[in-house]
Order: sequence, then structure tokens, then C-alpha cells
Amino acid sequence: MTVTASSLGAAHYARALGGIVGREVLRFVHQRERFLSALVRPLLWLFVFAAGFRAALGIAITPPYETYIPYEVYIAPGLVGMIQLFNGMQSSLSMVYDREMGSMRMLLVSPLPRWFLLTAKLLAGTAVSILQVYAFLAIAWIYGVQAPPLGYVTLLPALVVSGLMLGALGMLLSSAIRQLENFAGVMNFVIFPTFFLSTALYPLWKMQEAGELLYTICAVNPFSQAVELIRHALYMKLNAEALGWTVLALAVFLGGAIYGYNPARGFLARRGAGAE
Amino acid sequence: MTIRRLVLLSALLAGCALPALADTVASTIYVSNEKDNTLSIIDSTTLEVTDTVKVGRRPRGITLSADGSQLYICASDDDAVQVMDLKTKQIIHNLPSGKDPEQFALSPDGKLLFIANEDNNVVTVVDVTTRKVAFQVDVGVEPEGMAVSPDGKWAVNTSETTNMVHWIDVEKQAVVDNTLVDARPRYTRFTKDGSQLWVTSEVGGTLAIIDTATRQVQKTIRFKIKGVTQDRIQPVGIRLTADGRYGFVALGPANHVAVVDAKTFEVKDYLLVGRRVWQMALSPDEKRLYATNGVSGDVSVIDVEALKVLKSVKVGRYPWGVAVKG
Repeated sequence: MTVTASSLGAAHYARALGGIVGREVLRFVHQRERFLSALVRPLLWLFVFAAGFRAALGIAITPPYETYIPYEVYIAPGLVGMIQLFNGMQSSLSMVYDREMGSMRMLLVSPLPRWFLLTAKLLAGTAVSILQVYAFLAIAWIYGVQAPPLGYVTLLPALVVSGLMLGALGMLLSSAIRQLENFAGVMNFVIFPTFFLSTALYPLWKMQEAGELLYTICAVNPFSQAVELIRHALYMKLNAEALGWTVLALAVFLGGAIYGYNPARGFLARRGAGAE
Repeated sequence: MTIRRLVLLSALLAGCALPALADTVASTIYVSNEKDNTLSIIDSTTLEVTDTVKVGRRPRGITLSADGSQLYICASDDDAVQVMDLKTKQIIHNLPSGKDPEQFALSPDGKLLFIANEDNNVVTVVDVTTRKVAFQVDVGVEPEGMAVSPDGKWAVNTSETTNMVHWIDVEKQAVVDNTLVDARPRYTRFTKDGSQLWVTSEVGGTLAIIDTATRQVQKTIRFKIKGVTQDRIQPVGIRLTADGRYGFVALGPANHVAVVDAKTFEVKDYLLVGRRVWQMALSPDEKRLYATNGVSGDVSVIDVEALKVLKSVKVGRYPWGVAVKG
């Protein structure tokens, strides 16, 4: 007798989702160092990098800002993006680990469809990143980087979309990575260029002054789109263009990851049995 | 959560942000653009420029007539004070002003206009009804700031090179006393009860608070902004709230407006605005403060209650003076 996903019903889906999210949250709660490091990184950028850069005379107006802002205010949404980027990479790192340890196999042999399992995993990672983001924003608020109070509510849906997108990017990468050791290299080649070649640190017009190529790279970088989506949402504005591009990137990355994690067709198969 | 729901939710929540800008009584803001020879007219509810009107050359100081129906404009390079009818937005006539008028002050009864003539060291007093010069008073070198006390007894003028406040007894039509302040005093303003005179010194970087009764400096305030060099702090425009709570001081190229507690004389906050903030005006309900930013060519809108900059509105080149009509 074969068991198909359709015969399992919603309860099974819910149980699987609960299990995956629960495991991720449990892992998060038990790894206090991870939470701390996720906070320390953006706070260092805010307190040290941005403070040194301060621009006390203000940065020219760029949407969604309606007036002049100090640099700390500009960089805050970029750092929110950074938290989610690192978190996305980190949870995919855990997938490489899971694969090495064999718990990935256990997950993937479940009768539920692969796309559901991977999406559940993404949701779990995004939930964790959102907790980190709000902790960071709370400290930033005390430091004096304050957005309109309602903005913290409108930020939430944007965080879900951007968190899923960046998680999917990590997942796609993890599907192509053979071993844990290789991951550090990917961090260097993916995280840093993604972060620096975006609107997280400097507005696009500033990049245009520096060069057309740099400007183009920054403009098409999906991370820029996620950061702009976050930036606008924090000021209660919807940047439809950024939302569109972020959702498109999410679809592409997630599609790639689902393909990549197909044991029969994806990267796992091509690499042969040595992968696990 | 589906994407459509997300979009809907975001749009819904974005809608909640709108009332924040519309919590003030409707008024009209007039801004003189020094380089464009125009006047920008801003609607306070939408905070958008609704009209731009051509005026005389190099318009700087502007002030409303006592009944609010006319606007007096210092057209510095035309050596005239222009009178604009605000209904028709037409210049109806010029007042004799003496040479190079930059700043002026209207007497509380709205009859006399005290004009500082930078080039020939006099204050020209014009009767706005007869449109004739009532009298002239010799003052220090490069007269600039002008204010009239609420009781109409005193007219004060600051001279940029002499570094003094000249006290003109309006009845006697003569300078009866002088108060020395820091270098290059450019702007001055009485408190609502007339007991104090606030004077900013652009080069000295200070704000002097002078007791009207003794005409002595009671307190000198220095400004300090983290990350901004001291030489950029050049205080100019002053506005005081009628409730005696705050004094706002525009700090020129420091791109900040200082908020001074008018009771303790402590600097409470510095608000980041545009480049080279120059003059300011309060809305009639005193919920908002408008500041002209000369170099960046915009007007910053400040929420007085929250002490937050709400928005910056693009106007012409080198906005200088600002006046708000209820």
C-alpha cells in the first residue's frame, strides 16, 4: 500500500510544520550564543561603523524619508536586512549539518511533499530572524534610532517576505554545498558581496556617483530590493516594485531549492552517494 | 499568509499614517526665494507648493500686515518693500524703504514698519498707511536684525559690525541705549510679554537673552552639536512659542534647529533640518514650526509638540523668509 500526501490530510501537514518550526525555535532558544551574535553584529555596525560615519549634517532626502536623516537612521533597515541575510545563511548551514548527520534524510523521506517540508523549514528560519530583528530594533530605539510606532507593525509582513526570500537563497546554496567546511567560503562569496553591493549601506544615488556598474549591480541585487521593502515598510509605505522583485526572487530561489533537494534529479543526485 | 493578504495589510496600515500630517489647522505658508525672485506658497494640510509668484529682486524678509490681508516683502536689490495683496497675489504698491532692506519689523498696531538699511547705517521707519517715511534713526554699522516690543515702546536693531543692540525709543525717535553682544548679531526677537529680548550672534555662535528693563545681558547660551564643528554653528532666526515654553534657534550651516527651554535656558534638543537653515515661522496654533533651508532649497516642517521634523518641502532657490497666515 502506498501512502500519498493527499491521503494524509491537513493534520499531518500541521504536525510536520509544528515539528519543524518547534525544532528550529528550540535550537534557537538553546543557542544563546547564536542569538547574541545575531544581535552583536548589527549593533556593532550601528554603534561603531555608523557612529564613525555619523553625517551629523544629514543625508539628502531619499524615499521613504521625507526629511533629512542622520546616517544611523539610514543604515538601520539595511542592518535589519543583514540580520535576515545571516539568519538565512545560518539556517541553511544547519541544513548542510542536518544532511551530514542524517536527520535530513529522515525529513525528506516523510510522505509530505518536498516543497512543503522546505517551505516549513523556511518559515521556521524566518520566524527566528523576525525575533532577532525586533530585538535589534528595540535596542536601536533606545539608542535613538526611532521609526513611527505603527511602522513596527507594517514592518512585519515585509519581514516575512524578505526573510523567506533570503532563507530560500540560503537553501538554494545549501542544496549545492557538499560539506560543512565549504560553507565558510560561500559565506565570503555570497554574504559579503550581497551586503556591500546593495542599498543597505548607501543610497542608490550615492552608488551612481561612484560608478554606473556599481549602481547597476546594486540596483538589481535582490538583497537591495528586500532592504528597500523593509525600509519603506518601517515608514508605513509600500514599495510595490521592491515587493514584486523580492517575491520573484523568492519564487526563483525556492524553485531552485526544491529542484536541488530532489534526490532523483537535483544537485544531490549529480554529486552521487558521497554527498551524505 | 498569502502575498495578496500581505499587500492588503501593508496598504491598510499605510493608510493609518496619513492623519499624522493633517492634525493642524489649515493655514498658508509664504516663503521668499532669494535667488529666484519668487514667493512659494505652501498649503499646510497637503504640505505641497500650490503656487509660485514672481516678486521683486532678491526677496528676503517677509511679514504679514496686522490684519493678515497683505504681505510685506523686502526686495533688497530693488531697494523697496513691496506690498502684496494675498487674495489676488498681486503686488499692489511699494513702500519707500531706503537702500538694501533685508529685515524689518511691524509695530504691534500694524502702522509702522521698521526697516534695517544695511548699506547706510540707518533704520527707516515707514508709515504703511500714508506710504511715507515717518523718520530715520542712525544706528551702528551694517544694521540687520529688527524687532518691536509688544507694547510698541521699543524698537531694537542689531548692527552686524558694531556688534550691538540699539534701543530706539519709538516716542523719542532716537537711540537711547546700546547693549554689546557677541560678533555679528543678525536676528532679534522679543518674548510675548516683552520682558526679554533674544539676540543671536552668527559669528559668535551664541544666543544672548537680554532683560528689557535693565537692557543687560541676562544669559548667554552656546550651542554644541555632536559631530558638527563649532565654526558651522551660526545662529540666526529665532522663534518663541507664546506659552513661554520653547525658543527655537536656527543654526545656519550646522543644519540644525536648537530647541531652548525658555524657562531654564537649557538647550533641550537639536533638530536635523536642511542645509543652512535661516529663518522660521510658527503656525497660528503653534503646533508647527516652518524653517527655510537656504542651500538645500526647501522648508522643514517641525512638529512642535513632538519636537520632530515631519517633512521637508522643496521650494525655490535659496529660500530666506517665511510667514504663515491662518
